[in-house]
Order: sequence, then C-alpha cells, then structure tokens
Amino acid sequence: MSAAQRATTDAAARTLHTPTRLVRGLILGSIGLVFAIPIVAMVEFTLRRGLAGGHDIARWTALFQGGFTGPYRAVLVALGNSVGLAVGTVAIVLLLLVPTLLLVHLRFPRLRRLMEFVCILPISIPAIVLVVGLAPVYAVIARLVGSGVWTLAFAYGITVLPFAYRAIQANLDGIDVRTLSEAARTLGAGWGSVLLRVLIPNLRRGILAGAFISVAVVLGEFTIASLLNRNTLQTALVVVSKADPYTAVILSLLALTFAFLLLLVIGRLGTVRTGRRRPTTGGQP
Amino acid sequence: MSARSGPQLSSSRRGTAAAFGLLPFAAYVLLFLLLPTLIAVGTGFLDETGAFTLDTVAALANPVVLHAFASSFGLSALTAVVGAVVGAVACYGLLGAREHGPLRAVVDSLSGVLAQFGGVMLAFAFVATIGIQGLVTVILRDTFGIDIFADGVWLYELPGLVLPYIYFQVPLMIITFLPALQSLNPHWAEANATLGGNRTTYWFRIAFPVLAPAFLGSLLLLFANAFSSYATAAALTSQGSQIVPLQIRSALTSETLLGRENLAGALALGMILVMAVVMSGYSQLQARAARWQR
Repeated sequence: MSAAQRATTDAAARTLHTPTRLVRGLILGSIGLVFAIPIVAMVEFTLRRGLAGGHDIARWTALFQGGFTGPYRAVLVALGNSVGLAVGTVAIVLLLLVPTLLLVHLRFPRLRRLMEFVCILPISIPAIVLVVGLAPVYAVIARLVGSGVWTLAFAYGITVLPFAYRAIQANLDGIDVRTLSEAARTLGAGWGSVLLRVLIPNLRRGILAGAFISVAVVLGEFTIASLLNRNTLQTALVVVSKADPYTAVILSLLALTFAFLLLLVIGRLGTVRTGRRRPTTGGQP
Repeated sequence: MSARSGPQLSSSRRGTAAAFGLLPFAAYVLLFLLLPTLIAVGTGFLDETGAFTLDTVAALANPVVLHAFASSFGLSALTAVVGAVVGAVACYGLLGAREHGPLRAVVDSLSGVLAQFGGVMLAFAFVATIGIQGLVTVILRDTFGIDIFADGVWLYELPGLVLPYIYFQVPLMIITFLPALQSLNPHWAEANATLGGNRTTYWFRIAFPVLAPAFLGSLLLLFANAFSSYATAAALTSQGSQIVPLQIRSALTSETLLGRENLAGALALGMILVMAVVMSGYSQLQARAARWQR
C-alpha cells in the first residue's frame, strides 16, 4: 500500500471512530462549562464586596499590599514549611530513588518487577491508613531528632513514590542505559562520571518531571500533615478558612494555578522528548 | 558484561558491593512504607496493654462502623460510576484533538491538578459554589426561586461530598482511560468498513469489547480513589464521621471513641482489605487491557 493510499484509508477509518467536529465541540464544551463553574464561583467569591453587594478586587490587593502580614503571616510560615518539604522530598527522590532505579536497571534486572511493585504500592495504601502507622514511627523520630516539620519529608517521599517512579522509569525505558554506560566505561570513565556525566544528563527530563510532580504532590498534601499536627500550606489554608474564607479561597486559586503550571511544564518536557527522539514517527509515544 | 571483567571472585565481590547500594532505599521503604503499614494493620489486633485480641477487630461489626463502611461504599460506587461514564465521554470528545496540541496539554494538566492535588481546595471551591452563600445557590434562589437547601443544608454532610468527589473523579478517568481509547487501532475500523460494518457495528462489536477491561479497570481505580480520599471530606465536614476515613480521624484524635483503644488500626485494616481486593482487580484488568495496547 502506498503512503498516499494509507493516508486516505487512515483518514476514512479515523472519521469512523473519532467524533465529528460538532459532537466534539458539544461534548467538550458542555463538560468544560460544568467544570468551570466551581472555579468561576471561587473567583466570584473572592471579588465580593461584603454585605453591601457588588464586586471589586479589594481582597486581592489587600492580601498582596499587606505583604502577608498580620493574620496571614501564619500562611506564609506554612508556605515556607511546604516549600522546604518539597525540597526535602525532591532530595529523597534524587538521592534514594534515582540511584536505586539505575542500579536495579543495570545490575539487578531481575529485581525490576519487585521495584515496580514497591514503588506503585503507595497507591493501594491510602494516606489515611499510612498515617495510623506513621504516628508511632514519628513518635520515635520525635524522640531521636525532634518533631521539626522537615521530618515529614520522609513520609512524603513515600507519597510521591508512584508518581516519581513512573516519570523516571518511562525515561529510563526510553534510553539504552547499558550501551551508554558500557561505551563510557570503554572510553575510560569511572562509575562516578558514568552516572553524573552520561546517565543523569540523559535522564534529566524524566528526573525533572518526577521532581516537579513531587513538588505538586507535596504542596497539595493535607492528610498526613493534618493528622500528625504539622503546619503546612494545606493545613494552614483550613485554619485560615475558618476565620477568613475569602483569603483561603484566594490562596487556593493561587496554589491550584501554580500546580497547573507545574504540570503544564511537565507535559512540555514529555513532548519535547518524543519530538526530538523520534522526529519521523511524530505523535505516538 | 564487559571485556575487562576481572576474575570470578572480583566480579562477585563487585556484585556484593552493588547489592549494598540497594540497602539505603530498601531501608527507607521498610521504615516509612512497610513498617507503618504493618503497624496500622497490626494494632487492630492489640489491646491497650499490647496483648493479642480480636475485640478491636470485632468492633468493626459495630453499627456505627458498619454504617460508615456502607456510606463509603455507596459514595465511592456512585461517584466512580458517574465519573467513569462522564470521563469516558470526555475521552471520546478528546479523541480528535492532536496528541501534543495545546488543547490536550491544557486538559492533561488540568486533569492532573483536579484529580490529584485538589483535596482541601476543592472543598473551598464547592463552598463557594453551592455553599449557603455560594454562587450557584444564590443564582438559583434569587433568579429561579429554587432553594437547594429547602430541606436543610446538606453540603456539609454525606450528600455534599457527591459533587466534589465527581469533580475529581472525572479528571482521573480522563487520565487513566484516554490512553486506552487512543490505542484503538484505526485498522480495526478499516477492517470493519471493508467487511461491510457501519459505525454501530464498529463500536458495539469491536471497540466496546476491546475497551471493556480498560473501562472496568479505570472504574475500580476511581472507586479506590474515592474510598481512600480524605482531604476534601475532612475540610468540608468538621463534625461527624460519615465515612471511614473520617472515622479514622476521630479514632486518632480522640483515642477513646466507642471505648476502644486501637480502633483506628481496626478501621485501617478494614480499609486495606477493601483496597487490596479492588486494586488486585484493577491490576488484573489492566493486564488484560494491555494486550490491546502497544
């Protein structure tokens, strides 16, 4: 079959199983509209002008011009905690997960199924269940190193494990680690420079995606922080919402937007990869 | 492995050294995943002195606990079915969009945010939407004369969780089901056309049977997702423990609920059992679905 013929039959087949423009517009338009309502409602809520009615942006300007002082200071502290936890969690991903994935890939291929099982396992164990067992573990940790917020990063490293694993493993499957490292070894590189100068640069997209998604998960995490009585962005939002629901909604909108942008960047990372690695096959991952 | 591999002894020693490299991660997973899980499940079998007992697990038969499990099941099943159907329709709508086009990029990221990171913030969104002073509540009341809370405010109780849960279930369905829908081979549609089939035979005789395992698998994942979700419910309902995760909250924060010490452990055990059944069903269906995917 010639390429041109295939293109026409493909087109015919595609019209059979893909929706027409009108149907697509109707489906996506109506679902999109319904799903936009809560977001629009959040924005409208923050613009309300108290009991007098009407709308203005006073609450937004007050929050930003006030520079998060007064009652909002607690939120700023909590945000700082969450950012610190995000950094700590990414460090766990980089220092524990990435080297182990590489080691398993290169030296212990028979452990790959076990590794996958362990990394995906946290999906099946709800955070609310994990926290029941984490409470005694953290009681011990508190005796050993104190009950600083940063210790939560150990629990979050587990929470982000499935997400980070998928991002990094997908990248790992896409490159020929064995050939790359053998080539580098043949050229006289030690294992250290193989890791830092050959493998890590080739895995940077997967590692970046894994790191970003870990940041998004940590910034959105509530269950563990709340039940272990730690002060993070989400627990502070709940506290603020009791006294000042408007500010809580403004901060939620900002946090949601930030997470959305992070995920958008992760998506771009994936697109650039497939686009560059397989310029001829185009769209299929 | 390489031509420069040394004699047997040194290579096996290097293997041992490499195995030591696995230790840090193994120790970490042991301490922060396996140990907490074992504690969570195990404490259900211990009494306050640490001796083995079945009393706490027997507390799962308490009507209050049973009712919470039933509510969790109902909520999860309802929102999973609605989320799966609406999400599948959305996936169908997305089939025509270019895989790396801007529409898909936005939908993918939005779905990720709403499905995985919403939590507390989704509770706020629905307070702003259908709360007592919410946008939709006010419009319905002032413009159409419909009072959605005529029979009392239900947003902060079990029925109030349905809409927020659907709001994060549909995006999760898009994330999990779209790859399966996209892997439908265009040649099957071609073969269907060649053999004289039409759109109906294509969907009902080819596409639906091929997609069934993926759809059911996603349905189970959605069920598990709702069943284990805590943040939205916790932020929305500050009183009462209508679903199991909220029962665990009250068991953790007031140890003496129902006069039993380790009730949180017993509840966790119950949740883990449900999750194990649902997730093993999910992985079996996924394996089946993978047959048709590249």
